[in-house]
Amino acid sequence: MNPNPAQAALYNDTVVRQFSIMAVVWGVVGMLVGLFIAAELAWPELNFGIPWLSYGRLRPLHTNAVIFAFGGCALMGTSYYVVQRTCQVPLFLGKLASFHFWAWQAVIVAAAISLPMGYTQGKEYAELEWPIDILITIAWVSYAIVFFGTIGIRKVRHIYVANWFYGAFIIAVAILHIVNSAAVPAGWMKSYSAYAGVQDAMIQWWYGHNAVGFFLTAGFLGMMYYFIPKQAGRPVYSYRLTIVHFWALIFTYMWAGPHHLHYTALPDWTQSIGMVFSLILLAPSWGGMINGVMTLSGAWHKLRDDPILRFLIVSLSFYGMSTFEGPMMSIKTVNALSHYTDWTIGHVHSGALGWVGLISMGSLYYLIPRLYGRKEMHSVPAIELHFWLATVGIVLYIAAMWIAGVMQGLMWRGINGDGTLTYTFVESVKATYPFYVVRVLGGVLYLGGMLVMAWNTWMTVTQGRSVHVPVPVLAPAAA
Amino acid sequence: MSDFTGNFWSLYVAAMTLASVLACVLLLWITARKKIPSRADNTTGHVWDEDLREMNNPMPRWWMWMFVVSIVFGLLYLVAYPGLGTYQGQLGWSTRAEYADEIASAERELAPLYAQFTAKKTEELAGDAVAMGIGERLFMNNCAQCHGSDARGSKGFPNLADTDWLHGGAPAKIVETITRGRHGQMPPMAAAVGTPDDVKNVANYVLSLSGSPSDSVRAQLGKSHFMACAACHGVDGKGNQALGAPNLTDDTWLHGWGEQAIVAMINNGKSNDMPAQAGKLTEAQIHVLAAYVWGLSNKPEPAKP
Repeated sequence: MNPNPAQAALYNDTVVRQFSIMAVVWGVVGMLVGLFIAAELAWPELNFGIPWLSYGRLRPLHTNAVIFAFGGCALMGTSYYVVQRTCQVPLFLGKLASFHFWAWQAVIVAAAISLPMGYTQGKEYAELEWPIDILITIAWVSYAIVFFGTIGIRKVRHIYVANWFYGAFIIAVAILHIVNSAAVPAGWMKSYSAYAGVQDAMIQWWYGHNAVGFFLTAGFLGMMYYFIPKQAGRPVYSYRLTIVHFWALIFTYMWAGPHHLHYTALPDWTQSIGMVFSLILLAPSWGGMINGVMTLSGAWHKLRDDPILRFLIVSLSFYGMSTFEGPMMSIKTVNALSHYTDWTIGHVHSGALGWVGLISMGSLYYLIPRLYGRKEMHSVPAIELHFWLATVGIVLYIAAMWIAGVMQGLMWRGINGDGTLTYTFVESVKATYPFYVVRVLGGVLYLGGMLVMAWNTWMTVTQGRSVHVPVPVLAPAAA
Repeated sequence: MSDFTGNFWSLYVAAMTLASVLACVLLLWITARKKIPSRADNTTGHVWDEDLREMNNPMPRWWMWMFVVSIVFGLLYLVAYPGLGTYQGQLGWSTRAEYADEIASAERELAPLYAQFTAKKTEELAGDAVAMGIGERLFMNNCAQCHGSDARGSKGFPNLADTDWLHGGAPAKIVETITRGRHGQMPPMAAAVGTPDDVKNVANYVLSLSGSPSDSVRAQLGKSHFMACAACHGVDGKGNQALGAPNLTDDTWLHGWGEQAIVAMINNGKSNDMPAQAGKLTEAQIHVLAAYVWGLSNKPEPAKP
């Protein structure tokens, strides 16, 4: 892949291809595990008494697989594609990018083995034990060197907005990971957090909330800022809006973590600050949605017959919905009802399935044919089918969890005249059963869509060939 | 507030918070006013990857208002509620105070209801339909998680509906158990009993005490080694409620039945806890709850006229 000075340099798309294919593979795996644990909640016998099939061990496997394996590979693949195209240079240190790919896959495999075996640090979204944490750090530093190195050698003067978001994602996740995973090892697969008590909880949710903010939001906004204008063939709506919402988003997110710890031992002042900044976060979040959706102005008709664009735009509407819901749930009075219920699960999945899932799928549908020398995916009707399966699946999932969550919240706070609770806990579990079944149904549809995508990808890749795209020699006139 | 070790950190937090909120305002204001050179086609003129451009449209006004309103709301909230370091907020609200108020008012409201119960003896209260309705609800809210909705327990969690009691079934004992909790401790006894074979023999002897199927030769051999167990379980194996040592001659096997389970118990011992409810339930509630539990295995006294 090293450019021969006599020839035009080639974009390094091998690593992009690897990450893109693995995003599809891990998507199927992660969602399958998700479907299985959803079924376990409805029918607990499904663990068959086998420890490594139990909900408690597979749930972190599901979250790690969909966030870091599916989402991670999609982010890494697209960011390597986007940073090369918008800087008009091949990747800085292509071999290191290749190492990054294999190191990241090793992390995922290590997670897939160690989590079902029961090894965990007990920190949500940071369950992996310290040796794997170190491998993550090495992979991440490699990623940062390649990404920022590529920006450093760019041929285009201005840094495109997608790269701001990808860059913020890479820097912030590095800090979050290092700080939250600080631990004292007590054996090869055992460690104790460096923090104690409520400080540990606060560090964990500072991490947890910013994993949402930077991994699942900023990174995917980077994706949005490249693939929506490209697929729509329209300029980004407002440069000014970009500036405000970027800086406000990355600044404000850092403060919002305490809203995960409302009504706990966390001091009141910390809870208040978490709530205030969560509310202020609404506008910066919506800035991204507005910028993406308005990019379509003058091209709305394209939504009618372009299923890829529909994936991208509908993902933004789910993004807008869940970033409205989030600040509302951070209000203490609302949180008193919603906390610890399935409402939270519904909220997370409207963001995860709706925003993160759909934007990644849309971007991959744009990317995969181009990486394999084809004009479009093997089957466009299959993309259409995937879109509807996914959308109906999401609606079933989140509607079921909203109803279940509000119902649980109301049942738990019901008090009789004699001061006793109206409902026992198990009554609320029983009442939730039908909604758990509906969720499974939503999951079946969503996974079904992903399987259609896997088939479509397989057909596209096997009938195409890896292409090597030369970097354009002429610098763009106005850049 | 004890969260801060000194005034400095309180001021630091307050200053950082306010500066950060105001930084958002400043960012919005400066960017909205800033002149951005644009081309005839209303783009910034920058081009990436052949056709990526950015328009120079203004930010939507409604969106800017939404941003400003959320910031103003945030500032007002920080005036009213604790948030800026040690400043308590104009409303003087705190989680602790709200909790204490709610508990106090609930206790005030419920006092007359419970007053009629505290006057009655447990044996009598167990026949009071209203009290037992409350008792059942208290049981479902606080006890059923371990002892089951029918109070019949499960492995490791005692059956409360039979007449077999680890720590005694008299009303006062039940109140004591609920109030202060119980800690059951069976030490590992293998060393005191003797060889692994001796342990097996003792296990068979223990089984024979309740007439359970056992190896009679081993049981005979185990009898002398049972002396190690007699300190708590008694020479006759009938247990000791003062120590919480179970009766080994009945057919209640809280932690499992059979030679294997008993051998494991002798070798490893067992520690089992019933958490104290004193911080969670009031004395009056515990009185009602104890009557409900007592009533599960006893006939209430008829109410006095």
